[in-house]
Amino acid sequence: MKEAKIKQKYEIMTNEVTPKSKILQDCLKAFLVGGLICDVGQLINNIAMNYGFPKEQVMSIVPIVMIFLGALLTGTGTYGKLAQFGGAGTVVPITGFSNAVVSPAIEFKKEGFIFGVAAKMFTIAGPVLVYGIGSSVIIGIVYYVITLF
Amino acid sequence: MKIKFILNDCRRRVNMQTHDKKMGRQTVKLDNPPKIIAVHSIVGPKEGEGPLSEYFDEVLNDDTLGKDSYEKAESQMMFTAITETLKKAKLKETDIDYLFSGDLLNQIISSSFAAREFSIPFFGLYGACSTMSESLSLASIIMDGGFAKYVIATTSSHFSSAERQFRFPLDYGSQRTRSAQWTVTGSGALILGYDEGNYPEVTYVTTGKVKDFGQKDANNMGAAMAPAAVDTIVSHFKDTGRKPSDYDVIATGDLGIIGRELADKLIKEFGYDIRKQHIDCGEIIFDHEKQNTEAGGSGCGCSAVVFTGYLYKKLMKKEIKKLLLVSTGALMSTTSSLQGETIPGIAHAVAIEMK
Repeated sequence: MKEAKIKQKYEIMTNEVTPKSKILQDCLKAFLVGGLICDVGQLINNIAMNYGFPKEQVMSIVPIVMIFLGALLTGTGTYGKLAQFGGAGTVVPITGFSNAVVSPAIEFKKEGFIFGVAAKMFTIAGPVLVYGIGSSVIIGIVYYVITLF
Repeated sequence: MKIKFILNDCRRRVNMQTHDKKMGRQTVKLDNPPKIIAVHSIVGPKEGEGPLSEYFDEVLNDDTLGKDSYEKAESQMMFTAITETLKKAKLKETDIDYLFSGDLLNQIISSSFAAREFSIPFFGLYGACSTMSESLSLASIIMDGGFAKYVIATTSSHFSSAERQFRFPLDYGSQRTRSAQWTVTGSGALILGYDEGNYPEVTYVTTGKVKDFGQKDANNMGAAMAPAAVDTIVSHFKDTGRKPSDYDVIATGDLGIIGRELADKLIKEFGYDIRKQHIDCGEIIFDHEKQNTEAGGSGCGCSAVVFTGYLYKKLMKKEIKKLLLVSTGALMSTTSSLQGETIPGIAHAVAIEMK
């Protein structure tokens, strides 16, 4: 009986003592870092356009370069540090996806190329792919059904 | 008839003896207190940049120790700690009767892989981050019982091997919350014996119960472990009749800043105030502002290196005369967390005194 009361009190104590995340500050940082990453994307876009690539090709060039940059910065250990500062600003752009695939690939190399690199590569990105592709298929079907009428 | 009587009498006497050693529900008093005759602490580069830097026996420049995986590096670290302790005590491995050891990795591979290099009878333990006082408890009891002449107790943890097992790959960009703790890279080993000379002695052992106050957040382990620490400390006081002021220092293992504050508040509900004596190994091992370690250090190695490094030296200099070491552990696994289980905590207390 007494313990139940103390447990209740403890929950209140824990909520008081545990520091809350600074939402406004974190959002501003995410906005800044995420925005800067997008600026780099835009820069690559403009450069490619300047070289006279057609628009369809530019739409492939930009993500390819950004994925490469994400992988490179992951390999040098910079992306993790940037993420500690930028939070969601580094997760949302395509560089974040690249980081999610490359980091376990590097990490689990010690367990071999099959059950290490290949199997663990999708531990973080896997769910994104499953639900990303899954939901796009469902929306595709809904879209198809609607256009029938 | 007579033989039966004598036998029963013997049994009664033996039973009486064991009851004499046991005090209250959870504590044993060691009548032949074993001495901690040698220690060795070894830490990673980050711990070496922290406030306790000067107290550690060995600071690594390279946390891989030239090995090709962090798991191998951790095991090597423990191997080195044991070897160096043996050297300091001027003992051979064949002099040691038992080795008590544990760590955080699955199937405690750091410990068993370090133990395979020695020919010492081995007990592998898992008590999460409470393993230092768990191994010291069992080693002390076995010594007091007269079952061994020399025993080694040791633990280790490694930031990188713990991170890849419990959280994310090292280079994955995830933001650490402000209540998260940083696993200490380090290993501490100690030898118990009855050698001549003035050394810190283990006088009481209070074994903790598993306590769960319903915490679910694996990023706030201090809050999950604080109730276990409080329960063990309160039991220790009740069993022994001691009070906080009987100790110079009460050192919890790795509650961190949040858990330490919660423990101080929670223990007041039981009528004790330990704020004057209470320090937390996880809180003092890092400079949290400068080193970005958020709520503090954690891991088996945390209380191991703070005890064998910092506290042991203070005991030897008699700057601390009575110490209660309370290593704390969070007993969850990645599976239990994913299945929505709450995090049970454990804490074991060992009273260490210098005459």
